[in-house]
Amino acid sequence: MHRALTLTRRRIVSSIPVLLIVIVGTFLLLEAAPGDAVDAYLLSLGGGDAGLVAELRQSYGLDQSLLKRLTLYVGALLRFDLGWSVTFDRPVLDLIAERLPNTLWLMGAATALAFSLGSFLGIVAGARPGSLTDRALSTGSLALYAVPSFWLGLVLVLVFAVDLRWFPTAGIETIASGKTGLARVADIAWHLVLPVSALGFIYLALFLRMMRTGMTEAWRQDFVLFARAKGLARRRIVLRHVARNALLPLVTMLGLQAAAMLGGSVVVESVFAIPGFGRLAHEAVSGRDAPLLTGIIIVSAMLVIVVNLLVDIAYAALDPRVGSGEAAS
Amino acid sequence: MAGLLISRRNLLLGAGALAAAGWPLRMAWAAGAEEAPRGGRLVVAADSEPRTLNPAIVASNGVFFIASKVIEPLAEAMMDGEGGLAPRLAKSWEGSEDGLSITFKLREGVTWHDGEPFTSADVAFSAMEVWKPLQNLGRVVFANLDTVETPDAHTAIFRFSAPTPIQLIRNALPVVTSVLPKHLYEGTDIAANPANKAPVGTGPFKFAEHRPGEYYRLTRNDAYWGEGLPKLDEIIFRVLPDRAAAASALEAGEIQLAAFSQVPLVDLERIASVPGLKVVTEGYEALTYQLVVEINHRNEILADQMVRQAISHTIDRDFVVDTVFLGYAQAATGPVPQNAPQFYNPDVKPYSFDIERANRLLDEAGYPRGEDGKRFSLRLLPAPFFSETRQFGDYLRQALGKVGIDVTLVNNDTPAHLKAVYTDHDFDIAVGSPVFRGDPAISTTILVQSGIPDGVPFSNQGGYANAELDTIIDQAAETIDTEARTALYNDFQRIVVEDLPLINVAEWGFTTVASDTVLNVGNNPRWPVSSWTDTALAS
Repeated sequence: MHRALTLTRRRIVSSIPVLLIVIVGTFLLLEAAPGDAVDAYLLSLGGGDAGLVAELRQSYGLDQSLLKRLTLYVGALLRFDLGWSVTFDRPVLDLIAERLPNTLWLMGAATALAFSLGSFLGIVAGARPGSLTDRALSTGSLALYAVPSFWLGLVLVLVFAVDLRWFPTAGIETIASGKTGLARVADIAWHLVLPVSALGFIYLALFLRMMRTGMTEAWRQDFVLFARAKGLARRRIVLRHVARNALLPLVTMLGLQAAAMLGGSVVVESVFAIPGFGRLAHEAVSGRDAPLLTGIIIVSAMLVIVVNLLVDIAYAALDPRVGSGEAAS
Repeated sequence: MAGLLISRRNLLLGAGALAAAGWPLRMAWAAGAEEAPRGGRLVVAADSEPRTLNPAIVASNGVFFIASKVIEPLAEAMMDGEGGLAPRLAKSWEGSEDGLSITFKLREGVTWHDGEPFTSADVAFSAMEVWKPLQNLGRVVFANLDTVETPDAHTAIFRFSAPTPIQLIRNALPVVTSVLPKHLYEGTDIAANPANKAPVGTGPFKFAEHRPGEYYRLTRNDAYWGEGLPKLDEIIFRVLPDRAAAASALEAGEIQLAAFSQVPLVDLERIASVPGLKVVTEGYEALTYQLVVEINHRNEILADQMVRQAISHTIDRDFVVDTVFLGYAQAATGPVPQNAPQFYNPDVKPYSFDIERANRLLDEAGYPRGEDGKRFSLRLLPAPFFSETRQFGDYLRQALGKVGIDVTLVNNDTPAHLKAVYTDHDFDIAVGSPVFRGDPAISTTILVQSGIPDGVPFSNQGGYANAELDTIIDQAAETIDTEARTALYNDFQRIVVEDLPLINVAEWGFTTVASDTVLNVGNNPRWPVSSWTDTALAS
C-alpha cells in the first residue's frame, strides 16, 4: 500500500508540468489555426454586418491579446473554473460532466472487449504457434486492425441495424422513452453493442498479437521446458506458465491504449451519434473554442494519467520486481 | 421514384416561362393539403444544435428549423398567398404613401405558451429592442426604424426615419419578424436570457426539453390560435451529426424525416428506392442557395473585365448541374435566382460554354499562353460549406486549366476559409454559396456593393467598386414604388451579368427525405423552417 501511495504522489507531482504544457500548447495551436470562434460562428449565423462581428468578438473576449486570455484562463483554472464555452454558450464543466460518462462507458466496454477477447484469442493462437488456427487468427486480426473504425461502424450499422434491425442505428439510449432504473441500463447497453464492437474489435488485434508473441517467446524459456519435463498437462502449461508470463506486457498496453481509445472514440461517437467526449472535442476544434478544447484536453490528460497510474499499481501488484527500485536508490 | 430526377429538372426548365405567374413551382401545389389525421410523434433528423434557439436574434435556417415551430413571425411565406405571404401574428399590413410608416393589424386572442396575452407591446418591444439592435439581418432591414407606436393592443405602427420600401419589408417579414414575449425579456440581458435556450412563443408547438447531443422535444400547444391545429402531438429533433447516420436511421425506421439534404445527393437514388420512403424537392423555393465564383479584384489580372468574362465562358453550367448536383439544381444566369419571379430579369444575356471564345478573350486581354501553355496562375479557395462547393472547386480548376489558367486549390475548414476570404482577402478566386433571402436588398446587393468594411461575411470583399451599381443600390433602398424598385433591380442584374463582379454558376434548393406516412411535406416555400401546423402522420 505504501508503494502505491508513493507512486501516486510521484505521478501527481510529475503531471503538473505536463498539464501546463498541454494548456499552453492547446492555446497556441488553436491560435495558429486560421480563423477564430467568431469566424466559426458566422457560417451558422448566415451573415451579419460589421458591427455585429465586432460586438461578437468583444463579447467572446477575442479582442484581447493571447497573453491576456491565457492568463485569465489559467487564473480561472487555479480556482477550478474551466471557463465558458462559446460554441455551446454554457459552462465547460457542465458540458464535460454531461459527456464524459458516455465516453467512459464506451471506452471501458471497448477496452474490456478488446482485452478479454484479444488475450483469449491470443492464448488460443499462442498455444500452438505456427498452427493453422494461429495463422488464421493472426491474419484475421491484422485485417481487422487495418480497417478504419468509421468504416467498420458503418458496416455494422448497415448489417445489424438497417438490414437485420437487431440493434439501433445510433444514439446512446431510446429518445424520450422515460425509461428508468434497470430498464434504462439495459436500453443503454443495447445501444452500445454496435459502437463498442466497432471500437473494440479494432484494438482487439493489438492484444491478440501481443499475447501471441509473448507466448511464442515463453515457449522457448527454460521453465517451460522444465514444466514439460515434469510431465505437466499441456493445458496447465499453457495457462499457468506460458500465458501468465505473456500477460504482463498486455497490462502495460492497457494503459497506453487508454489514450488511443480516446482518439478512436472521436470517430465512433460521430458515426453512432453518441454525445460523448470525442464528438465534443471535434465540435470544439471546428468552433475554435479554446476554453472548451483546453478543458477537454486537460480532463483527457488527467484520465490517461489516472489510467496509467492504475496500471502501474496493478503492475506492481502483479510483478514484485516492479517498484522495488525506489528502495534501492 | 427513378423518374423524380427528370421531372424535377423539367419543372425547373419550365420555371423561366412560368416565372411571371408567381411561385414557379405552384403547379406542384395544386393538389392542396392532404387529408390529415391528428396525433402522433414525428421524429426528425437535426444535423447540429444551434447555440441559441432565439430566431429574433439569430435569423438563420439552423435556428428556424427548430424554433419556427415555437416562435412565430408576423407573416410566413406561402405559395398562393397575397404577395407570397400568409398572415401569422399580423392579420394585415399596409405601407403609407411616403414610405415612412407601415401599419400592422395584429391577430386577436393569441396567448403566449405561459398563458399571457399577446399584444402590440410584444411587437414593439421585439422590433425596437431585438430586431433592430441585435438581429443579424434586422440590423440591416430595420436600420431606419425610428419608433413603433401602439395605439391599441392589436395595432403596431412602424415609423421610419427614411423612406422604406414596403416591398422590402414584406419580403423580409418571414425571416426578420419573430416576435418575443416582452414580459420575459424586458429589463433583462436579452442575449443571455434563459428563454433563448428554452423558447416561449405563440407557435403551434411548445418547447419541452433539450437533451444536449441527443434531441429536442416539442409538444402540442393545445391553446394554439389556428383552429384544429397543429396536427401532431409531438416533434422530436434527433441530433444526428453524421450524414450516413440520417440515411441509416431513415431506412431503419427510427426517424421519419430528414430535411436540408441531410441525406446527401449521392445517396438519394438508393434511398428513393427503399419502400416507404419518399424524396421531396419542394419546400425550398424561398431558400435558394447560389453557387458563385467570388473574385478578388485587387488582382490586376482579374480586374480586367475580359478575363472575368473568359472565366465565365469556361464554365459548363449544365455539366456542373448534372455532375456536381446530380440534376438537383439549375444553371444560373445572374445574381437573382430564377425562382424569385418578383425580381428575376430573364433578359440578361447568359454566358455560353465557349472555350474558343474564352481563349480569344484572354489573348485579347493581353495574357497569351506561355511556352508551357499557361497564361497565369490563380489561387482558388472553395468554401467547405457543402460537398458541392468543394466538388465545384475541383471542376473549376480543371476547366480553367483547359484555357491555360493554372489554378492552385487551397482547402480550408470553415473558420479558416471565412477569415481568408472575408477578412484577409487572401485569395484570387473563391467558390461561395450565398443564400437568396427573398429580396436583393437583404442578401444580394451586399455581394457587389463597395465600401463594406473588412470582416463582414458573405459580402463584397473582393474590392470591387462600380459607381453605377452603387447608385442603383442606394436608389432602390429608398424607392417606395414597387414597380420602379423592381425596374432598378432589373438594371442591377444586367450590369452585374455584364461586368461580372462575381460569376453566378448554379442555383439549388435542398431535398427532404420522409417516410410516406408524413403528410403535407414541402407545401410552402420555406417549409423546413416554417411552423409545421398542418404536418401530420398517417395512421
